[in-house]
Amino acid sequence: MKFAIQVNEGPYQHQAADSAYQFTKAALEAGHEIMRIFFYHDGVNNGTNLTTPPQDDRNIVNRWSELGKQYDLDMVVCVAAAQRRGIVDEGEMQRNGKDAQNIADGFRISGLGQLIEAGIQSERLVVFGD
Amino acid sequence: MSEQIKKFMYINRRAPYGTIYAWESLEVVLIGAAFDQDVSLAFMDDGVFQLVKGQDTADVEMKNFSPTYKALGDYDVTKLYVEKESLEERGLTLEDLMPLTYEDEDDDWAEKDSIRLVSRAEMADIMDEQDVFFSF
Repeated sequence: MKFAIQVNEGPYQHQAADSAYQFTKAALEAGHEIMRIFFYHDGVNNGTNLTTPPQDDRNIVNRWSELGKQYDLDMVVCVAAAQRRGIVDEGEMQRNGKDAQNIADGFRISGLGQLIEAGIQSERLVVFGD
Repeated sequence: MSEQIKKFMYINRRAPYGTIYAWESLEVVLIGAAFDQDVSLAFMDDGVFQLVKGQDTADVEMKNFSPTYKALGDYDVTKLYVEKESLEERGLTLEDLMPLTYEDEDDDWAEKDSIRLVSRAEMADIMDEQDVFFSF
């Protein structure tokens, strides 16, 4: 099965971020394809490398980055949602005159068209949210 | 832009203010309209409040985005299903909602209502026909 994943909630605040990760990992291990993971609403906070959780807790951001690297995943952070919430890559930093960037490894910032395209091209779009 | 046409349904279950879901959902609808899919919107639970007319957000200092719904017809988003039971449970009727219309190009551009009042059972049938759900 060719899946696309949408993550609508931020890490730690809401279990949707964990469930999305666990579903993605399980699907990949079962041999399914994950054609894109799209982070929207507060879900964009899954993609900031400034996260520093306590050492005895899971590191949700690093966990995504590692899974992304292992399976060469397309992990897309919505640009409009990211701009509101302060998730910035090199291009956004320059475009908006910011003095820092914080996009985590394996994530990229792009537009909502990527979500629509995922809905069209996947066999199942699975939404994780509240 | 895309090789196949799917039936997309956007499910709106939340009040327009209080959280950003409704506004960011509408942003997806507007972007998605460029992809020429068969689009429907569903309004149920507190989502029916999104369509209430006369919204005034001045005192809470939030952007009143309700006029944007009136532009949906121009984007060929013409099927807005509103669940009757959700309206009734909140003491609302069709008269409390914004008049939303579109011009039907297949009917000499006649102006028609975009809002379609459906029962919970009818909504279930409509959902059964869809290919993709965006749930907000």
